[in-house]
Amino acid sequence: MKKILLGLAAAGLGTLLAFGGAYAAEEEGHNAAEPTHFPIKKPAELDWTFAGPFGHYDKQQLQRGLKIYKEVCSACHSMNLVAFRSLEELGYTEAQVKAFAAEYEVPDAPNADGEIVNRKAIPADHFPSPYANAQAAAAANGGAVPPDFSLIAKARAVERGFPLFLADIFTQYQEGGPDYIHALLTGFGETPPEGMQIPEGTHYNPYFIAAKSLAMAQPLQDGQVTYDDGSPQTLDQYSKDISAFLMWAAEPHLEDRKKTGFRVMVFLVLFAGLVYVAKRRIWSDVEH
Amino acid sequence: MSGGHSSYTPNTGIEKWIDARLPLPRLVYDSFVAYPVPRNLNYAYAFGGILAIMLVSQILTGVVLAMHYAADTGLAFNSVEKIMRDVNSGWLLRYLHANGASMFFLAVYVHIFRGLYYGSYKAPRELLWILGVIILLLMMATAFMGYVLPWGQMSFWGATVITGFFTAFPIIGDPIQQLLLGGFAVDNPTLNRFFSLHYLLPFMIAGVVVLHVWALHVTGQTNPTGIEVKSKTDTVAFTPYATVKDAFGLCLFFILFAYFVFYLPNFMGHPDNYIPADSLKTPAHIVPEWYFLPFYAMLRAITFNIGPINSKLGGVLTMFGSIAVLFIVPWLDTSKVRSAVYRPWYKLFFWLFVANAIMLGWLGSRPAEGLYVIFSQLGTAYYFGFFVVLMPLLGLIETPRRLPNSITEAVLAKNKSGGQPVGIAAAPETKG
Repeated sequence: MKKILLGLAAAGLGTLLAFGGAYAAEEEGHNAAEPTHFPIKKPAELDWTFAGPFGHYDKQQLQRGLKIYKEVCSACHSMNLVAFRSLEELGYTEAQVKAFAAEYEVPDAPNADGEIVNRKAIPADHFPSPYANAQAAAAANGGAVPPDFSLIAKARAVERGFPLFLADIFTQYQEGGPDYIHALLTGFGETPPEGMQIPEGTHYNPYFIAAKSLAMAQPLQDGQVTYDDGSPQTLDQYSKDISAFLMWAAEPHLEDRKKTGFRVMVFLVLFAGLVYVAKRRIWSDVEH
Repeated sequence: MSGGHSSYTPNTGIEKWIDARLPLPRLVYDSFVAYPVPRNLNYAYAFGGILAIMLVSQILTGVVLAMHYAADTGLAFNSVEKIMRDVNSGWLLRYLHANGASMFFLAVYVHIFRGLYYGSYKAPRELLWILGVIILLLMMATAFMGYVLPWGQMSFWGATVITGFFTAFPIIGDPIQQLLLGGFAVDNPTLNRFFSLHYLLPFMIAGVVVLHVWALHVTGQTNPTGIEVKSKTDTVAFTPYATVKDAFGLCLFFILFAYFVFYLPNFMGHPDNYIPADSLKTPAHIVPEWYFLPFYAMLRAITFNIGPINSKLGGVLTMFGSIAVLFIVPWLDTSKVRSAVYRPWYKLFFWLFVANAIMLGWLGSRPAEGLYVIFSQLGTAYYFGFFVVLMPLLGLIETPRRLPNSITEAVLAKNKSGGQPVGIAAAPETKG
């Protein structure tokens, strides 16, 4: 066993050295004005209530996030996988959800004359898209279709790189999406490095994952959305709240998953212990 | 070993009745109860059983997922999300299935490395090894097609890149690619046939697993000393000894599996696969699942033409060759000694091979540029060099350490020295 471990250690060390060499090679040769790897700046790691083995959503925060989505984001971004009924998980009553859904209009099934008219949405409906189709969305936004928000918190994550991605296994870091969204929303307004060309109609943001600038202008400003629970009405707070809300939209069963996981882990550890004791007893009469 | 006579004795009337007509209980008893296994097997030998359980787990979760999945480009992505959001425990099924694939590969790689370390492929177990390589190939095909089904960006572009490999072959390349795709580009026919095959192949794997286990039970298991079983004292009965030990190994493996499913379910996946497939938008980096990365790195390492073979075909041949070379491993190894425990040089190069495979995996996730390419080329050279040069050469020039006369002698010598590795026969690897 000792030799296996020694072998593993040697193997690990060798790999580490090779990694280090290649990584250093990647890091050199960066040009501040014309970067080739994005994002230019890595997002900060924030504290989220839903992180870690006992993570849970802060319903107040999700409600604030919903307010931001409704008042700001939904002007351009659809969220078509999320049904109104699931808003009950945010702490709203059935009646509140019904009233909330009724504020939206969705196309009804064809009537007797074959015409499609809009009707008020019901809890079973999904959030409607602000645009009729992708072409209309692109036309209204300078050619860039605003991405759907249903899964955005899982569909965006800045690569962690070596050796951070290994540490993530032990820290259970799964919040790359919300960290990225927060960083992007608070990352507008910085001055680009000297000599950098920013294409017209786009906005510099060093946290943007795909390029040095993006078509969306800064969407949130201090004081833009009114909170009724006394939370600070700052860009930072807004960004945290919408990020948390989008995490919920992308992974609505996160709490359930982590709670189930705890029970499964307790069971497996106890069961493994029992099997180990049984194994010790069975093998006690055999030298091996 | 199973050439011996059956020790099954039916006791009750019904057992005798069945045994005279279809001796299935006898087969099970002889294969999984009375079957003698070496007494010195360590936990590396638990992975065979773990893999069998993982195959069953993947099939069970997969069958239920298929009840809710729609293999249509317009529906596939949202049907998977429907499973995640609205199907009862759908998130659990899907995360079990997706992470189960990763765990399956983790276990199979440990299983293969164990075989390479202890020389499990050597005569008379060549067919056992070859059947194992066939299972690996089938697993790769199944996993690749399974990754296409959610119809995310990586699904689509991964399918495009991997089916594109076949176009590297002259003349037959394009027809093969069109047959795989069911057209000229990845589209609905591709998704449909991949779903069909993804459902079929696991049952083919199960069939080859039966042959694999059959071959195992004819030759008997190897063990850390690499010495064949010589007497009854060398073995213990499969049940309860191996059963309970495998069960404990399985429990530990399940803890790891559950840790990923419940706490890091998306760690092994790529964020881009949560973006619906878009044939007009190529992702910045197209990367396969982690378990294909070493092979992907070798594919991209060939950046130069070799005579009439251009770099694309060279890369594809290298990648296929990296699996194909496994088929002839039993004949590449010239050593008389089976286990690396008694082969100091082979042991060193084996661990370098492991490190190299991990390094290639990491390089496969990097863009193919700059020093990464050079490292990939060095890694590829070592990968093939290990099999084609080192394996035949070491057997001829290496002086192995003295072997114990039997498994029993090795075990007793080790235990006499109080578990401390003293002397030649006290191989610490035999510690259970």
